[in-house]
Amino acid sequence: MSSFFSQWSWKMAWRDARSNKKRLFVYISAIIIGVAAQVAITSFRDSLNNTINNQSKSLLGADLEIETEQPPPDTLTTYFDELGGEQSTITEFPSMVLFPKSGGTRLSNVRALAGNFPFYGTLETVPIEAASTFQSDTTALVDQSLMTQFGIQVGDSIKVGEVTFPIGGAVTKVPGEAAAAAMIGPRIFIPQTMLDSTNLVQQGSRVEYKRYFKFTDSRDMSAIEARVDSLQSSLEMDIDIETVEERREEIGEAVGNLAKFLNLVGFIALLLGGIGVASSIHVYINQKISTASVLRCFGASSNQTMSIFLIQAIVLGFAGALAGTLLGVGIQYMLPGLVSDFLPVNVELSISWLSIGLGLFTGTGVALVFALLPLLALRKASPLYALRSMVGSITSLLSNKTKVTIYAAIALTVMGYATLLTSDWMVGGLFTLGMLVAFGLLLFVAKALMMLVQRFFPTHWSYVWRQGLANLYRPNNQTATLMLSLGLGMLLVSTLYFSQDMLMEELDFATRDDAPNLILFDIQPDQNEGVNQILKDNNSPILQNVPMVTMRLDSLRGRSSDVIDEDSTNKVNDWALRREYRSTYRDSLIDSETLTKGEWIGQAPADGRVPVSAAQEIANDLNLSIGDSLTFDVQGVPVQAYVASVRKVDFQRVQPNFFMLFPTGVLEPAPQIYVTVSRAPNAEVSSQVQQAVVQEYPNISAIDVSRILETVNQFIDKISFAVQFMALFSIITGLIVLASSVATSRFQRIKESVLLRTIGASKKQIIQILSVEYLFLGLLSAFTGLILSVAATWLLGYFYFDITFTPNLWVIVLGTLIVTGLTILIGMFNSRSVYKKTPLEVLRVEAT
Amino acid sequence: MASNSILEVTNLTQKFRSGDRELTVLDHVDFSVERGTTCSIVGPSGSGKTTLLGLCAGLDRPSSGEVTLNGVPMGPLTEDERAEVRNKHVGFVFQTFQLVPTLTALENVMVPLELRGMKSKDVKHDAEELLTKVGLGDRIDHYPTQLSGGEQQRVAIARAFINEPKILFADEPTGNLDSETGETIEQLLFDLNKASGTTLVLVTHDLSLAEQCQRIIQLKNGKIFKDEWIDEPAVEQVK
Repeated sequence: MSSFFSQWSWKMAWRDARSNKKRLFVYISAIIIGVAAQVAITSFRDSLNNTINNQSKSLLGADLEIETEQPPPDTLTTYFDELGGEQSTITEFPSMVLFPKSGGTRLSNVRALAGNFPFYGTLETVPIEAASTFQSDTTALVDQSLMTQFGIQVGDSIKVGEVTFPIGGAVTKVPGEAAAAAMIGPRIFIPQTMLDSTNLVQQGSRVEYKRYFKFTDSRDMSAIEARVDSLQSSLEMDIDIETVEERREEIGEAVGNLAKFLNLVGFIALLLGGIGVASSIHVYINQKISTASVLRCFGASSNQTMSIFLIQAIVLGFAGALAGTLLGVGIQYMLPGLVSDFLPVNVELSISWLSIGLGLFTGTGVALVFALLPLLALRKASPLYALRSMVGSITSLLSNKTKVTIYAAIALTVMGYATLLTSDWMVGGLFTLGMLVAFGLLLFVAKALMMLVQRFFPTHWSYVWRQGLANLYRPNNQTATLMLSLGLGMLLVSTLYFSQDMLMEELDFATRDDAPNLILFDIQPDQNEGVNQILKDNNSPILQNVPMVTMRLDSLRGRSSDVIDEDSTNKVNDWALRREYRSTYRDSLIDSETLTKGEWIGQAPADGRVPVSAAQEIANDLNLSIGDSLTFDVQGVPVQAYVASVRKVDFQRVQPNFFMLFPTGVLEPAPQIYVTVSRAPNAEVSSQVQQAVVQEYPNISAIDVSRILETVNQFIDKISFAVQFMALFSIITGLIVLASSVATSRFQRIKESVLLRTIGASKKQIIQILSVEYLFLGLLSAFTGLILSVAATWLLGYFYFDITFTPNLWVIVLGTLIVTGLTILIGMFNSRSVYKKTPLEVLRVEAT
Repeated sequence: MASNSILEVTNLTQKFRSGDRELTVLDHVDFSVERGTTCSIVGPSGSGKTTLLGLCAGLDRPSSGEVTLNGVPMGPLTEDERAEVRNKHVGFVFQTFQLVPTLTALENVMVPLELRGMKSKDVKHDAEELLTKVGLGDRIDHYPTQLSGGEQQRVAIARAFINEPKILFADEPTGNLDSETGETIEQLLFDLNKASGTTLVLVTHDLSLAEQCQRIIQLKNGKIFKDEWIDEPAVEQVK
């Protein structure tokens, strides 16, 4: 250790670094990029957390929110009065809206507001005052993105149910909600005084009644929660309560997950940087063996010689980390633009000293840890190598035991750091394992490809081609490392595009000839005929027209749902027990259903229990067996039933599917609504049908399948940034590793090309040979990534999405072209001194 | 006699494994070198010259036998202890010059003394003087690549003498130089050696160079084939 602090070691480290500046800069640039990614992400996460803590009240917009699915009964409103404070209510439900100007229709999220919600934070609108005046002016506020989509201006009108409102303003931000929410259900605010006139809240409508409270005094939230819990039991209804703290935790958790993911992304970039460091320092140290041996001959101890290069590794690592940290703090300011649509808050960016410290520490640490192997090997280099030069790689001097120990230390460092980032050792461990497997596979494919090419070497090719290809196999080559890092970039990008492509292909059912593309729901029984007529008039066949009855599960196997709920040993999913079931009845199974257990009974017996059929999924969640008894509460009427059969249902079909299927002869008298599935011949007809239905029956909602497709596409586009970000870093790192490998092997290349030129090769031939080398390097790297990417996407499709995957040729061709093109470009740019200057000129300068 | 030897080699054997074959490069070699004398080790390629030189300088460990350098048996010493012995008592000149490419001529020459913990400013004067002596006084700030082969070897010779070594090992010092430059280097080496009274052990296959030494040890197949004095040392020299 004393040699590390000796003045001589530092002096020698400086003297040695002095003339290697360019090469050493390349060495640290991999660290710079990795640390920059890391610091940008952790700083951004810290800013985000701070923002969430600072704005926690505006995340909910109130001190307390209480939500029910039915209008609050008197007992509850009395309790609301008791709670006091300032109150505001929102009645929220999905509904079709229509813009009379263009005739455009869209399923939206309508919110009828009374009172001064939000109490904290602001409902941001254009113009600003619209948020406070729309209730008194009886105008509507419409999501900005929806207005842009339909070309609607403030002052135009919107028809919500039976009321046509002037549009008072565009909604740009709702407290606690991410802008991306608008993609799923554009938000429309209307004054609550007009709710009844819209005539939209009817039997069977899915409505949420939300009440917001603002207290001037501080309340004991747990007491309120306890009281609401007891009311929930006595009123036998679902009452959801949410406090600021809960909302903060929920959002914090979601953001935390995003941050953990992004952190790991940054860490991958840093790890790639580490591999870059390992690869270039390996070559660098290999070239320093004779220097080290001479110093040993003149009396330097093994620690002294190692210290020279250890100091260089640490100082450069620190310098790289510092540069990366500065860059990262800068990049932080670009991140909000990428993710703002998904964040419920406007992030207040601040400088996070913790992440800066962490960046400096990890950057230096990674540089050191990945340089350890060649550095320790250098200690073993005998002074005898001054007399006889060493053949082969320096790391061959280390015993296998030492190597294994170093690799284990690296793996442990990686795992420790991943654990630190995710504060979960399981995730840290799995991440490390995943990285090991991924890197292992990449390396395996890279080596296999290299072996295959060598084995089936086209010996009849012209000299230039053979020489270029053979260059990849020169001693001390870094071909496999380059294929690893470039291949990882290719793997990430192509897996992203393959998956997107595969999902789009699958979701593209709207364009198939026979597939349904329009679903109408919330049809009241007296509207059913009329809707069917509109469809017929527009030449759109009715593919399905199903009645739907809402009900709840009252008891299961003779025990009431409440009792089961409180029994911690139950094997029943809470969600399945408490949910509202929308069931249908018919006398036969349809083609998306297959009987797996029991017997299908299509007609209920005149008296006794009703034989129902459960879908496989719900049977699992409720732990059902054939014969189990069930009691449903069908809107106040108890219906005794038993499980007569279990069905496998293809839920991916565009049509209403049901967890519980009843036979005919029971539910007919119950209040019900209809769902109709149709296929409009084209987009124009589809929008005509929607317009006609909305005009005539405003309460009916329509789902235009092609629009869902659009939304999913938009959504994937938005989230793919994260993967692209990761891929970008790995490709940049890969190219830096390439540049550094070209830099470190430059002397070797120069010697080769000088030799070639001496025996008569022209400059053009030298350039051709180099181009061929980089061409093959690029191609092989791209294929390494592609092979694994195709395998990964196929597995993803097979196990996760249940889709057969056919690789898109465009992704393959374009990806390969880009990776190969960049490799040739960077390679040739960094080799320019090899072919631009005269051999002697080059040899004199580069021999250092 | 023993007290007059700077280097004693006793029963030295060096074997290498090559695959499953064992090669005996040095086979029970015995000799000693008196202080202040010049001695050359000659022999055909593969006769074990360089291996012997490496063992004598403590750069490697023998399979068996002992090397005693300046009265210190090298066998029991650790790598770093042997490095310390070299730093105090040994100088080197290599066939391929072996200058550190990233250091200037002056810095290369200063290295052995700096390794002792001496400050640059304290050793700079001596180094400059030595470089002037070898004829490179005006090129002290040049890097090895900016010097010709002969010039590089001059720097190497200056470096070898800076720590006033008791013994100097030279491995084919003119092997990489043309004959004219080689002769100048030979002259320089012997002159400096004489002036400082250092013992010189020189490995070469160049007989005319070997003949300039007082004693020639001929190696063949790892054994001493012939050991002859050309010019018996005078009594004063031995002292």
